[in-house]
Amino acid sequence: MSIDKETARRVAHLARIKVEDGDLETLAGELSNILGFMEQLNEVDVEGVEPMTSVTPMALKRRKDEVTDGGYQDKILSNAPDAREGFFAVPKVVE
Amino acid sequence: MTELNKLTISDARDALRKGDLSAIELTEGCIKAVEGADALNAYSTTSFDAARQQAEAADQRLKAGDAPDLCGIPLGIKDLFCTRGVASQAASNILRGFRPEYESTITSQLWDQGAVMLGKLNMDEFAMGSSNETSAYGPVVSPWRRQGSDVPLTPGGSSGGSAAAVAADLCLAATGTDTGGSIRQPAAFTGIVGLKPTYGRCSRWGIIAFASSLDQAGPMTKTVRDAAIMLRAMCGHDPKDSTSADIPVPDFEAALTGDIRGKKIGLPREYRLEGMPDEIEKLWAEGAEMLRDAGAEIIDVSLPHTKYALPAYYVIAPAEASSNLARYDGVRYGHRARLDAGDGITEMYEKTRAEGFGAEVKRRVMIGTYVLSAGFYDAYYNRARKVRALIKKDFDDVFATGVDAILTPATPSAAFGLGEMADQDPVKMYLNDVFTVTVNLAGLPGISVPTGLNHEGLPLGLQLIGRPWEEADLLNSAYSLERAAGFVSKPGKWW
Repeated sequence: MSIDKETARRVAHLARIKVEDGDLETLAGELSNILGFMEQLNEVDVEGVEPMTSVTPMALKRRKDEVTDGGYQDKILSNAPDAREGFFAVPKVVE
Repeated sequence: MTELNKLTISDARDALRKGDLSAIELTEGCIKAVEGADALNAYSTTSFDAARQQAEAADQRLKAGDAPDLCGIPLGIKDLFCTRGVASQAASNILRGFRPEYESTITSQLWDQGAVMLGKLNMDEFAMGSSNETSAYGPVVSPWRRQGSDVPLTPGGSSGGSAAAVAADLCLAATGTDTGGSIRQPAAFTGIVGLKPTYGRCSRWGIIAFASSLDQAGPMTKTVRDAAIMLRAMCGHDPKDSTSADIPVPDFEAALTGDIRGKKIGLPREYRLEGMPDEIEKLWAEGAEMLRDAGAEIIDVSLPHTKYALPAYYVIAPAEASSNLARYDGVRYGHRARLDAGDGITEMYEKTRAEGFGAEVKRRVMIGTYVLSAGFYDAYYNRARKVRALIKKDFDDVFATGVDAILTPATPSAAFGLGEMADQDPVKMYLNDVFTVTVNLAGLPGISVPTGLNHEGLPLGLQLIGRPWEEADLLNSAYSLERAAGFVSKPGKWW
C-alpha cells in the first residue's frame, strides 16, 4: 500500500498535525516506506487466531461507583496555557 | 572512601547501615559528579536542594534503624515519570514547562523508602527512539568512546540519559521504561544492567504513556544485585493501574544464589540473523558456554514468528501512541501555538501539535492514525494483534517444554555514532530493537547483562528472557552470567 499526497494530507488532518503543503510529498514517501515494512505481516497465516487484547490474562477489578477523589480545581488548572475564572479557555468553538 | 558516586546500591546500603557513610555525603558526591558532567547532557533537570533534604531525612531514618534498602540512595529518574513540582516533559517541547501536581506511583514508592532524587534524565521524545537523538533537550552523549577516537556515540534509547548517568556514575542507579527495548538496548550500549519486568509488575500510573499495552518501567543499575534490590522497591500492586498485578512481591535479592545447575536455557535459532557481526555471534556463544559451565543445560529452541515482531510492533505501538498522544492539544498543559486572527479550535490543535511534536513523534502518530482509520483497521491493526498472539504463543510453547530462560544477544551491534543514522530510513533505526521487541509483545521479563567488549572497546550485552512473573529466577540466571563474564570495564573519563 502506497500513500499518496492526498492521503498524507488526510492523515495529518485526522491526527490534527499541521503539515505544510510543500512537506506532504516527503511525508507520503516516509509513511509509504513504513507501511511497506508492515506488509510482511501479510505473509503470516492468522486464520482462526484471536487478536490479542491483554498480554497477561487477568480479570479487571471492580470497585464501587462512587466519588473517592477530587476537589482540586486549582491544581488541575495550574498547568493550563490559558485558564480563566476556573475554566480552561480555548478559541471560540461555536459561531 | 573516595568517589562515593561510584558505589553500587548494595555497597552503599551496607555502608550506610553500618554508619561508615552518611546519605548526605553520598548525595554530595553524586551532585559533584553531575555538576562535572554537562558534556554528557544526561540530566535534563536537577533537583539538588530537594535531594539534600531527602538525604538528611534518610540519615535520620538510618540512625533510627530498620531503614529500607534504598534509604539514602541517590537515583536519577527518567523524564517520562511525573514528579511533583519538578519539570516532567518526556523530552518533548509540547510539555515544556509542565510541572505535575502529582507523583507517579513508582517514584512515590522510591521516596517513601528513603531514596534521594538527583534529577530527571534525558531520553528520546515520548520514549520514541533508539539513539536519544529525538530529544527536545538534544542528544545524550555516551560516556563510552571507541578506542583512539573522540567521535561522540549514542548511549542508546529511549532511556539513554538513564544509561549514560549510571555508566558514568552520575547516580547509583536510575529508573527506565521499556516499550520495545528502551531499557535493555541502552543498558547494553553502556555496559550496565537493565531489567524490563513482566507486564503488570510495575505500576504505570504517573508515567507518561507511549504504548500502554507494551510500556513497563524497570531498574537500570551497575550490577544484577542492584537490579534485584531496586526492582523490589519499584513493583507491587497499584489500584490506580488496572493492569497492575495483584500478586506478592518476592525478595528478589534473596534469590541470587548463583546456582543454576539443572536449569534449561534455550537459544532461539531465529535470532541468528543474516549479516549479524561475528563478534555478536561469538559473544552469544561464549555466554551460552558460561551458563553451561555453571551447570545449566543449553538447548536449541524455535520461536518461529520472530521475524514478524518488528512489523507487528510498528503497527501496535504507533496505534496506541496516536491515541495516548491525542491529549496534547494545547488546552490542559504544555505548549499552545500562537494563533492568527480567525483561527478556531482546529487550527489551535493543528498548529500546537505541529510546533510541539518532533519529527519522529509526528511520524508515529500519523502512522498510528492511519492504521486505525476506517478501512485499514482490520488490515493492519487487527492483523498485527493476531500476529502478536502468535508471537506470545511461540514463547508459551517453548516454556511449556520446561525451558527456564532464553539467551539472546541484546542488540545487533555496539553503540553507533550520534548522527550516523540520520540519513538512514527510519526503518533502519527500528532494527535496533530486533532482539528486544518480542519480549514486550509477549509481556515477558527480560534483562540485559554486559558480558564483553567489541573490537573497538565498546560494551556488548546479552539478554536473558524469563517466564512471566519469574523475575527472581531470571535475576539468578543473570547473576550467574554476570559472575562468569566478570565484566568490569568502565568508560575512561573524558568529560
